Amino acid sequence: MNTAVLRTELRLFRREPGALFWILAFPTLLLVILGSIPGFRHHQADLGGLRTIDVYVPVTVLLGMIVGALQSMPQTLTGYRERGILRRMSATPVRPSALLSAQMVVYGAAALASALLALTVGRLAFDVRLPKQAFGYLLALLLAILAALALGAVVSALSRTTKIAGAIGSAVFFPMMFCAGVWIPVNSMPDVMARIVGYTPFGAAAEALNRAAAGHWPGWTHLGVLVAWTVLLTVGASRWFRWE
Amino acid sequence: MSATPVIEVTALRKSYGGRAVVDGVSFAVEEGEIFGILGPNGAGKTTTVECVEGLRVPDAGRVRVTGLDPVADHEQVARVLGAQLQESELQAKLTVREALELYAALYPHPADWRPLAERLGLTDKLTTRFAKLSGGQKQRLFIALALIGNPRVVVLDELTTGLDPRARRDTWQLIEDVRAGGVTVLLVTHFMEEAQRLCDRIAVIDQGKVAALDTPDGLIRRSAGSTVISFTPSAPLDDGDLNALPALTSVARKDGRITLSGTDETVNAVITLLARGHITAHQLRVSDATLDDAFLDLTEVAR
Repeated sequence: MNTAVLRTELRLFRREPGALFWILAFPTLLLVILGSIPGFRHHQADLGGLRTIDVYVPVTVLLGMIVGALQSMPQTLTGYRERGILRRMSATPVRPSALLSAQMVVYGAAALASALLALTVGRLAFDVRLPKQAFGYLLALLLAILAALALGAVVSALSRTTKIAGAIGSAVFFPMMFCAGVWIPVNSMPDVMARIVGYTPFGAAAEALNRAAAGHWPGWTHLGVLVAWTVLLTVGASRWFRWE
Repeated sequence: MSATPVIEVTALRKSYGGRAVVDGVSFAVEEGEIFGILGPNGAGKTTTVECVEGLRVPDAGRVRVTGLDPVADHEQVARVLGAQLQESELQAKLTVREALELYAALYPHPADWRPLAERLGLTDKLTTRFAKLSGGQKQRLFIALALIGNPRVVVLDELTTGLDPRARRDTWQLIEDVRAGGVTVLLVTHFMEEAQRLCDRIAVIDQGKVAALDTPDGLIRRSAGSTVISFTPSAPLDDGDLNALPALTSVARKDGRITLSGTDETVNAVITLLARGHITAHQLRVSDATLDDAFLDLTEVAR
């Protein structure tokens, strides 16, 4: 990790209003919109006494990392490759992998910030309780971010152009949003569907976050699923990634 | 000249998809030299210097920069070698100043970027983002980045492409100053005037092979018609007389004007021929062939 490269990438990220909005602001904005629907603030028996807004906090916590890792990061990295920015870096004593790791740190940090913002606003505006099993929650969140970044790295590796990265990114984006529970929260899904979704990175992440929010340990199965995906995707990305 | 060359390329080969792009290139660049690589498009010039920069792995042959292998010892080579690449860009929203500071931070003993920026006329562009720079400004920024690590060797690929004539001349002066500071320069160009003005020695590369390696003057002398004589005779001249001229390499007639190429010997013989026939040579011009002529000559022979 080269600090000069990291500082530069962080500075450049701050110059992307689109990425800033969709990664940092949009998930919390969505939470605010959902929370303004009065019906979503009533306790519901079929959600185990929770309110819809309670169930949506983990979803919005995952949303920022999905947008950042699957949409923004692959676009940036394939652009860097397409326009010879990685090549120029190869001609210096610092390897172009410094740009790759800097990008991951930037999007990882943005995802974490986005999650913390959603939690804070949920707590302050809608009285959503902070996760009772805080350590388990943070662990699940970090593992989810790693899995998301690894998936984004695979998309960057497989896309030869920014156009392809956009197409693959979107193709992966919607199923991942579904698994995270954007349309139907994972704990409202039918049993079989929830079980299948539980083996996808964001389905496992959503379940782990839900359990930790309720005060349980996130469950080794869910955490294990996240770790397995991260390892598998990282191996794939490092095998398929091309510097030019 | 020092004992070990700064850059040593021996029997370098590189193929893409079964086609040999570089096919047995050898040359050595001595310390403090400006060495040119000249050749038509697609001759293998860029691939050759990319092997020197460690950006490509040769299929066969040996490349050494200050005695080190640019692939195996990439980091050490990159510390002493500054590169200006063809067709590379920077992050669109990075400003000139940020780019200079970033690249300076990548080297152990960087140059101060301020005088460098001033030297390259970038001082009033420091807060401009890369995407907003003109082609010439981008090119000057890349030259600055090639020099920012205080390199012992700089490799410049198509140095002045995209520069206007004035910026081009300024850049040539800069390269001469850089060399005067003890830096060795490897210059890829297809621009004859540039090669003739700057280079101590030139390797002409054609179809992946070194067609000739000499000083610019040496290359010109080596080409067949190194002197060109043209004039409009006051009376017709006999073809037979012209073709009998010594050391003649070509004759061309156009609108009553005759253009001959040959050597000094040819010049003397033409003057004698004209005097004998009491013929006046209007608008007589005698000129040395340029590197252009030599280049065409050399790359045609290989074809």
